[in-house]
Amino acid sequence: MRTGQQTPRPRGRWYSRYGRWLQSGAVILAIVLGDVVAAADPNGAGLADACTSCHGIGGRSQGYIPSIGGVDKATLLRELKAFRAQSAQATIMNRIARAYTDPELEALAGYFSSTQRP
Amino acid sequence: MAAASGPRVVVIGGGFGGVSLARYLRRNDPKLSITLIERDAQYATCPFSNGVLGGLYPLSHVSFTYRQVKAAGIEVINDAALRIDPAARAVTLAGGQTVKFDYLVVSPGIDFIWDSIQGYSEQAAQIMPHAWKAGPQTGLLRRQLEAMADGGLVVIAPPAMPYRCPPGPYERASLIAYYLKAHKPKSKIIILDASDSFIKQDLFMEAWAHFYPGMIEWVPGSKSGKVMSVNAATLTVSTAFDEYKAAVANIIPAQRAGSIAIQAGLDQGTGYCAIDPLTFESRVHKRIYVLGDATIAGEMPKSGFSANGQAKACGRAILADIAGVAAAPAKLLNICYSLADPQYAFSIVDAFAVQDDTLRLTFEDNRTTPLGASDAEHQREAQSAVSWYANITGELFG
Repeated sequence: MRTGQQTPRPRGRWYSRYGRWLQSGAVILAIVLGDVVAAADPNGAGLADACTSCHGIGGRSQGYIPSIGGVDKATLLRELKAFRAQSAQATIMNRIARAYTDPELEALAGYFSSTQRP
Repeated sequence: MAAASGPRVVVIGGGFGGVSLARYLRRNDPKLSITLIERDAQYATCPFSNGVLGGLYPLSHVSFTYRQVKAAGIEVINDAALRIDPAARAVTLAGGQTVKFDYLVVSPGIDFIWDSIQGYSEQAAQIMPHAWKAGPQTGLLRRQLEAMADGGLVVIAPPAMPYRCPPGPYERASLIAYYLKAHKPKSKIIILDASDSFIKQDLFMEAWAHFYPGMIEWVPGSKSGKVMSVNAATLTVSTAFDEYKAAVANIIPAQRAGSIAIQAGLDQGTGYCAIDPLTFESRVHKRIYVLGDATIAGEMPKSGFSANGQAKACGRAILADIAGVAAAPAKLLNICYSLADPQYAFSIVDAFAVQDDTLRLTFEDNRTTPLGASDAEHQREAQSAVSWYANITGELFG
């Protein structure tokens, strides 16, 4: 469900040029980014490196930012997709999630679900 | 280094870039030999140092030692790097020692261009602190604010871009105002700016009107805001047409890459270092990498968050090179919270990807907290900022 005033999808310069293609899947995106292997088969641990400075190494966070280590993959993936669709309450994840493709979100959810719960 | 027997990685600079890189490599490869060269025994983080100025906590709250870095199996040499010899693959230290490397990562942060403001100097900074490298300068500026009489004028003078932490001067104004409002409410803050606009400007203005009405004045460069000269003896700050008599003057000079990068020619005379946006390898020398504030990293700002992400991308590239495979592109982010009050923050969120051989923003809309957000939303951002600080400093120094 989308909420009234929020932008449903990113519409930046990059999106206006390539965004529609994005919907047709990872292969097209791979060509756009110039790296077929990484986009077609994203590496969860590698992608997760960008997450740890907020969520902690292995998804074990101190303080307000949620610990996401060891959380069920389906739950994580559902939340990440909801953030990207602007349909879930978030502090900043609704903005960040727009930078990730479906396969990337799936790889991230897979990685963090496999780490130890704090 | 007892256990290490793999290739030798040497890192110059124990800040966000260098320590993130060293810890990342150690976490992902127990066999590498990793040496960190850092001049100082203690490190104070620029992020959250504005809270020291606002009296939210002491300087010790943002100060770290390298004890845990050493305990993680990283050799820490407490000395200054004087010279890099790319052909011999060696770094010469001030103490005379020579350190050989297979891979060198240079993460020296910034140094100041003292003569960018007439009358300013390293000596003048003892009277008009920049506090743009956290540590003793932060303590000095805090003591000056504490000693200032009610009704004094605090001048904050940011330089022209590019510089370390673009929203920093405005968060600083906010948190100094937080202190003054409670303790010296007749005082004023004037920001004499070289620029005509600044990042998160509308959000800062909204917060200032809410918390500190009439206390903070911002003078843009086009309205004679740019500081041309200072007189430390009389605490006078001069722009092209105006002169201000400050009670406390926070003068932030123009900056360039740390001197070891300049000395090694990694900046090609430009002041900052060009890098491969995928690996952060220097455009000048193979197997020498540059991270953080010292780089030209496309649209990535100079921040601790950026340096941390760049370090992990660089670390992956070095591990890939050792393994003889191609480096996979990294997802790079910059998330920057600014506090306008201990319970009120807002943020800018950016993602970057390699495009046209540089790092470009992935999206350009809805990057910041919206205007008119509720107090509860701003409080959640403030709590997130505190949590981020605990987690990133834990990744580096914990």
